This record gives sequence, structure tokens and C-alpha cells, in this order.
Amino acid sequence: MNIVIIDYGAGNIKSLQFAIERLGFNAALSSNEEEIKTADKVIFPGVGHADSAMKMLKETGLDKLIPTLKQPVLGICLGMQLLCTTSEEGNTKGLGIFNVDVKRFSNTLKVPQMGWNTISNLQSDLFKGISENEFMYLVHSYYAPICDETIAMTDYDGGYSSALQKDNFYGVQFHPEKSSVAGEKTLKNFLTI
Amino acid sequence: MDIKNSRTVKGVNFVNLRDAGDPVELAKIYSETGADELVFLDISATEERRKTLANMVLQVAEAINIPFTVGGGISSVEDVEVLLKNGADKVSINSSAVKNPQLINDLAAKFGSQCIVVAIDAKQIEGEWIVHLVGGKEPTTLNLFDWAQEVEKRGAGEILFTSMDNDGTKDGFANEALKKLSETLNIPIIASGGAGAIHHFIDAFKIGKADAALAASVFHFKEIEVSALKKELQTQGIPVRI
Repeated sequence: MNIVIIDYGAGNIKSLQFAIERLGFNAALSSNEEEIKTADKVIFPGVGHADSAMKMLKETGLDKLIPTLKQPVLGICLGMQLLCTTSEEGNTKGLGIFNVDVKRFSNTLKVPQMGWNTISNLQSDLFKGISENEFMYLVHSYYAPICDETIAMTDYDGGYSSALQKDNFYGVQFHPEKSSVAGEKTLKNFLTI
Repeated sequence: MDIKNSRTVKGVNFVNLRDAGDPVELAKIYSETGADELVFLDISATEERRKTLANMVLQVAEAINIPFTVGGGISSVEDVEVLLKNGADKVSINSSAVKNPQLINDLAAKFGSQCIVVAIDAKQIEGEWIVHLVGGKEPTTLNLFDWAQEVEKRGAGEILFTSMDNDGTKDGFANEALKKLSETLNIPIIASGGAGAIHHFIDAFKIGKADAALAASVFHFKEIEVSALKKELQTQGIPVRI
């Protein structure tokens, strides 16, 4: 299987690559349009600031390419948020796959949310074999509210979308590559869709 | 874990370890037995340290599936870049932040607050919590709570607070100071120093309002099993991943 991790200079990609290797697959890093288009599975990672990440996508033309992809695409963390309509972070316009506006957590709780929290109301094959209220590792200050495309929710400052799905696009707010056995299972489910 | 020249130092008492000094193997055992996060502190002082540390980080990232933080001697944007590229999730800075507070701003701007941990070692001098450097040997003029606030303002994503008064005592964490930190700051606080028994962790969460608790020797010497600790925390109503 041909797995491509979109490389646009954002985030800790090494851990993601290693996690995929531990599952017995190999993933290539690429920003090449042809390589991304022809991959069986595409992973869209991201850590950092929405606005600067979006700028990097625009510079490389990836902002035009990603919404046209037909194979399963998994956005992780900021990658998921960039697939939404907008983000409050730097008032960024997103790629518009998921019809939801990303907001910032209020300061009534610690921000960023950093650590393990549970996911529930699991409604996708992405979570096959994963129990309700399984813990995943999350690090973020912005969140996607609950919407029609929510396939998992997490409670922090109220409930929000810890995973989204629309057609072939999947997004997870948590880091499957850092979420122990349950995270690896999520990744494996995606890779075997 | 304290690391010197890519080896764990301070005794580690794991009978099933083939090589007790191998941080990668130890990391793997901890990740498989329920630790939520690991911290590596490099205390080597050799010229080669940067290269060997980066290599160790790469091996750890390859072996484990939970987040980990790397600290020790980090003093520049370039140092951090290498460690993150090799798979570290967060870096921890301590003395370099005190000597050059702007470093916190620079790192947060470049890599995001979420991967910048500022470690603060402090002890009480005449009733006031004073920040210390060099493992508690060198006092500064900084007050713990003032420094912690400044660190947050400058963009730290997390504070690792070690009480030098409690460290090594096995008498419990510095819960009063922890509580004050946790209630005045809006970023997560990791408690460190003083863990000797399971109830100390419960106190750190319930009294000290800590967001996470760190310990080394009680785990290395198997005085406390991570799984037993987490079960008890759960029984006490503290949310924890089992």
C-alpha cells in the first residue's frame, strides 16, 4: 500500500512515520502533487499555528490539491482543523471540507488542553475495536464544535468534535501516533479502510 | 529518566531489563506498562552530547507510542529544532530560560507553546520560594510565583515544577506551592519532587491541583508500579487512563 504523509514543513512527522512502521506499513513524506494524488492513503498532519500552516499550503499549491483528493485522507490535529471552514486562530480561512468553524477554548480551563482525555459517541469504522471513553492524547488550544460531521466527541470546556468525517475525509483532533494502543488501532483502522 | 552519554544514570532496578542502562528499553517498558508520558533529562557535559542526544531521541521515538519530553542543556532554537525533528514531542528548558528569558518567546513563536516546557527548580529560603539553578545548587533572585507567571506570559505551554525541599525526601510533593501555581496560572503544572507513596500522588492532584505528576526513583526501583498507582487514582475519583 502506498501511504503518503503530506510534507509542508508542519509538525513532528517522525513519530507518525514510526507509528505507521510499527503497524507494518511504510509511509513516504511528500509535497509532490502526483505522488499525493496517486497514493492509496493520504495523511495530513499539522502542529503549530493555523495561519502560518495555511500560508505554507498556499505557497505550495497544496491548498488547491487537498480538497480534490478522492482516496481516504486523515487530518491529524491542526491538519483536521485546516480541513474545517475557518479557524479563529489568526482568522484563517480553511479548506472547507468539514462545515464547521474552529474556535478557541475559553480561559475557564487550562489552555492548551494538554494530555489524555476520553473520546465518546464513536460513530465510524475509524474506531472499530475501540471502546467508548477510550483515552487519547490531545494537545490543542482550538477546537471544532459538535456538528453534523462529528464522529467522536470529547468533553473539555463542554463537548467538542474530537473526530470528524465527510465522505473520504477523516479528521482526528487527538494524536493517534501518541495515543498508545488505542491510537495505533485508530491509525490501523484508517490504513485498512 | 536522567541520561548521561545516552545511558540512564541513577540506579534502575528492573530485573527483566537486559540492559539497565539503556534508556530506549526502559522507555519501552514504561510505555507498555501504563506511563502517560516520559521525560528525559540529559545531564552529560561532553562535546558530543548534542549528537548522541539527538540519536537517542530518534530511537525513543521509534520505540514508543506515548509522548515524551527532552531536556538538559538546551539553549537555542537550533537545539530544539534538532530534537523535535528527531521525534521529541516537547522540550524542557530551565537555566537557559532564566539566563535568557527571550528564548521562551522565540521557541514558542517558532515551534508553538505546546512543545515548550519550562522546568523550574525552587526551594524555600526564609519562607519565600526562590528559583534555583544547577539542580538546586545556585540560587537566583527570582521568586517562584513571579517567574512562573512571566514564563506563562512569554509563551511556555507547561511548567515542570520541582521542589528541591521535597526532592529525594519521599515525603510527598510540595502541595501548597503547587496549589498556588495551579490556581494562578492558566497552563498545566507538572508536580515533581517528593513522591514516595501512592497517597502522595493523590495529594498532588487533590490538594496541589497538579495537572500531572512526575516521579523517577519510586518507579525505577519498583517501589510503586505505575498500574497499581493508576488504579488507586481511579478509585479516588481522579480521571486517569487505565
